[in-house]
Amino acid sequence: MIRKQILRYTANQRTNHWLVAILFFMAALSGLALFHPALFWLSNLFGGGPWTRILHPFMGVLMFVLFLGLVIRFWRANFFIRNDGLWLKRIDRVIQNEEEGVPPIGKYNPGQKLLFWTLLACMLGLLFTGLVIWRAYFSVYFGITTIRWAMLLHALAGFVLVLSIIIHIYAGIWIKGSISAMVHGWVSRAWARKHHELWYREVTRDEDPDRPIRKG
Amino acid sequence: MASQDIIARSATTTVPPSARNQEEVAKLIDTTKCIGCKACQVACSEWNELRDDVGHNLGTYDNPQDLTSETWTLMRFTEHETDAGNLEWLIRKDGCMHCAEPGCLAACPSPGAIIKHANGIVDFDQDHCIGCGYCITGCPFNIPRISQKDHKAYKCTLCSDRVAVGLEPACVKTCPTGAIVFGTKEDMKEHAAERIVDLKSRGFENAGLYDPAGVGGTHVMYVLHHADTPQLYAGLAKDPAISPLVGLWKGVSKPLGLLAMGLAVLAGFFHYVRIGPQIVEEDELPPVKDPAVHEVDPSVHTFDPRGENRP
Repeated sequence: MIRKQILRYTANQRTNHWLVAILFFMAALSGLALFHPALFWLSNLFGGGPWTRILHPFMGVLMFVLFLGLVIRFWRANFFIRNDGLWLKRIDRVIQNEEEGVPPIGKYNPGQKLLFWTLLACMLGLLFTGLVIWRAYFSVYFGITTIRWAMLLHALAGFVLVLSIIIHIYAGIWIKGSISAMVHGWVSRAWARKHHELWYREVTRDEDPDRPIRKG
Repeated sequence: MASQDIIARSATTTVPPSARNQEEVAKLIDTTKCIGCKACQVACSEWNELRDDVGHNLGTYDNPQDLTSETWTLMRFTEHETDAGNLEWLIRKDGCMHCAEPGCLAACPSPGAIIKHANGIVDFDQDHCIGCGYCITGCPFNIPRISQKDHKAYKCTLCSDRVAVGLEPACVKTCPTGAIVFGTKEDMKEHAAERIVDLKSRGFENAGLYDPAGVGGTHVMYVLHHADTPQLYAGLAKDPAISPLVGLWKGVSKPLGLLAMGLAVLAGFFHYVRIGPQIVEEDELPPVKDPAVHEVDPSVHTFDPRGENRP
């Protein structure tokens, strides 16, 4: 008996992902409120300027801790394999929805892998610079030059993170079936084979071992 | 002061009101006349109703040891030995310099929490302050302090409430030696020039006015006996300016960052409009084949993951 659909994400993985997503939105919106005067009105979402200042670092730390859960769950699947280089070279065809000449890839495509490592770098950067500029508890332990560097790098890492997530969200909208994969966990066989063929072969390898080998 | 007097406002990108033209004011602190009596410190806490905690004596006359949210001005004492072997007691009244280009105002993310008046006074509006401490990061003189009671930033206001009704700042009024004077910036420069001529005639060749150009000039100025080495006066910055790190952080990078985010969203939208979604037709799925057969599919074998038969 072969199941019609393939489980791509377990309930725990999905929960972890969406918790990070919720925390990201809260941390990002409150961070953007302080990023540029044009977005200061976003602080109203959090109860005003002082509450935004109070809450933002706690939301950021919680997001980092939850993101570590995703890292532990997914880091092994995000090492680059040989096909990934060619896939990236053919990224123009991928973007055009063309499949000709695009090599099969594993559970994650190289774009997703780049995103994963970029997010990890940004999260680490935001955590450490964020602690330095956390005026209520930690800034007193750092010199003014360190704090100025941390301010600059925190804004930079936040910018890269938001930009990466914009791409991540659009990819989910563009590639039909991937949002539902993260919402209820299941993907169709056709979806798995089309987008992640090596992974598809891996998860279906054990099925039906008695099937006779057909020639041609 | 009326809102028409505000000529710069934190986190505000539009032009502020500029209906009124006021003469710039300045406080001139003559370190060569100062006797270190701390009357100015007392007058400041009297007028502003500030009662800082009683500190500890750490072997110098500095008390408290540093500016705090309840000590807006502080006498800093330096024992300086000249090349000739004489002792000079350099006493500097520290506090906000009221820069023409205030680093605190540039760094502040909260609209209207820091304002600059047409007369040059830089003031904090605690009602709009969110307590982030960015002003500390932006200040080239290390002046603002966050209160541990209400987590708002505080510093010398140049007694903007007194100046608004035609009075001089409290510290000026109380100074017994006339070391602190207040008036229009032009008058204060003239007064300083006379003082400097006098000091030079007494052998202080390097006497001069401290009105640093790196921050556009200040509305608190010093007459120094050693204007060539202001660092002698408890580390007064020689060439203060808004740090390039702060300039980059608060300068072009953020509008460009916002632009990039907006463009990324637009790029996604138009990709969807022009190229469209990537949809898997469910009938694309061929019958489940043996993987070995599948691997020799001519459309994919060139890119076999094991690296064989690569072009």
